[in-house]
Amino acid sequence: MENNTLQNRPRNKGAVRVQPKQKLDGKVIRGAEHHRLKVSDKGRSYLRHHGDVARDSFYSLLATPLTTFMTLAVLAIALALPGALYTGLDNLQQISDGWEGDPRIALYLHTSVNESAAEQLSRELLLREDVAATELITAEQGMLEFSRLSGFGEVFSFLDSNPLPAVVMVMPRNLSVAVVPILQANLQALPQVEDAVVDMEWVQRLEALIELAERAVWVLAGLFVVAVLLVVGNTIRLSIENRREEIIIAKLVGATDAYVRRPFLYDGVWFGIAGGLLAWLLIQISLLLLDSPIEQLATLYDSRFTLSGLGFAETLLLLLLSILLGLLGAWLAVGRHLRAIQPR
Amino acid sequence: MISFDNVTKRYPNGYDALSQISFSLDKGEMAFLTGHSGAGKSTLLKLLMLMERPSNGRVLVGDQDLARLRHGQIPYHRRRIGVVFQNHQLLFDRSVFENIVLPLRICGYDPENAARRARAALDKVGLLDKEKLNPVVLSGGEQQRVGIARAIVHKPQLLLADEPTGNLDPKLSEEIMRLFQQFNQVGTTVLIASHDLGLIARMPHRVVTLQRGRLISDGK
Repeated sequence: MENNTLQNRPRNKGAVRVQPKQKLDGKVIRGAEHHRLKVSDKGRSYLRHHGDVARDSFYSLLATPLTTFMTLAVLAIALALPGALYTGLDNLQQISDGWEGDPRIALYLHTSVNESAAEQLSRELLLREDVAATELITAEQGMLEFSRLSGFGEVFSFLDSNPLPAVVMVMPRNLSVAVVPILQANLQALPQVEDAVVDMEWVQRLEALIELAERAVWVLAGLFVVAVLLVVGNTIRLSIENRREEIIIAKLVGATDAYVRRPFLYDGVWFGIAGGLLAWLLIQISLLLLDSPIEQLATLYDSRFTLSGLGFAETLLLLLLSILLGLLGAWLAVGRHLRAIQPR
Repeated sequence: MISFDNVTKRYPNGYDALSQISFSLDKGEMAFLTGHSGAGKSTLLKLLMLMERPSNGRVLVGDQDLARLRHGQIPYHRRRIGVVFQNHQLLFDRSVFENIVLPLRICGYDPENAARRARAALDKVGLLDKEKLNPVVLSGGEQQRVGIARAIVHKPQLLLADEPTGNLDPKLSEEIMRLFQQFNQVGTTVLIASHDLGLIARMPHRVVTLQRGRLISDGK
């Protein structure tokens, strides 16, 4: 509608909609009215403006590939380190979880208890209601196993008699942490038993270690978060310096703070997205490199353990976090430097 | 359109750039603001643009008391004003067209509409054939005309110019002044700071004279 009327106007009057027309010196002229934009137009133009700014920001980052790549590399490494530590921790936790459900009580019998008495005890224990299974490892078997696994079998040939006790492995029916120690105490009280050891101790130690490592990962992650903010902030600061003239002019012709801030915030978002993806790639590649030695190690330990990488949720979290950090870093830098660049 | 009411601007170092200035400019009027360098011309324009706030007194632009504008409203105030700078403040990393379309982008015009208006503004200053060039290859007079096109592209109610002919020879200066007259004829209020007294004398417009921060003649 507006276009039609415009096309009918003399060209040198410019493409301008101003009403009402004024008559002055017999000529139709346009007053220098301030133009008002419709609200719906504003909404559409706002969205388009966001799209334009996002695209321009993307291309401007591509226009300085070396700077962009260096920033991205630092970002990716800073994000990948805590990410990789977290993944490693997650895997360790799987190991300890796998063991926790399978606690056994090892009963080390007095060396005075002979093989048949040990077998007798093993069968008696099996009758108890709180015991699911027992397994006897005789002193003989123990020695053979020790020789096979340790390679120190020859040591025994210097000894007069087998120093190893017979061992009865007891698998409790109830595996809860509360009940196992009671059973352990009961079994410890048996006259044939010298020592009853719950095979849970190393799991507990591992858990304590994991807890410590977890704390360390959080502290490290916090430091790396600060590093990411600083890296993004510094890059944005340089970009603001480079566009100083443009910012001053834009502010003089009526740009809002939000308008000036926007391209830099998009820079931050792009850094976040690209940095997050690169960090994900770094983590997956490192895991791939670790995969075969870990499988080998697991086979040696007779374990079905397999290394698990970042899942879908974790990948999403990593990306969201890096975008958020990019945005925040940009916001902080722009806020600080916008105040410094006022039209003077 | 513009009204200064007993305005004083004292800079933090104690220097009074303007003291007790009172004058007003009607809607549609064109006036020159003159005085030696350091008389306070630029400061006066900066107060109108809200690049500075007065230490005392009241500045009104189109019935709006500028002291009542909060920080967030300043951009919208500036959109009502077009400014031409002595050093034209063009961006040399983009074309003439991109320079001129910038204020329209900022105001949120759609690209087609903005392009049409930008070309119309270029046409008015006679540079339509140079829209694709980088302003760095233009002559001083042409650069100044690009600066003027950028100042009027969004049809401001008030056009301010700070020494717009500062670096130009007399013939070019006169051309530039004629351009301002044309905008004034279509209803824009125009205030031009200039110390080119010879040129000003040849133009039939009001002259507001400042001397060491004081108003010595409001030309009425």
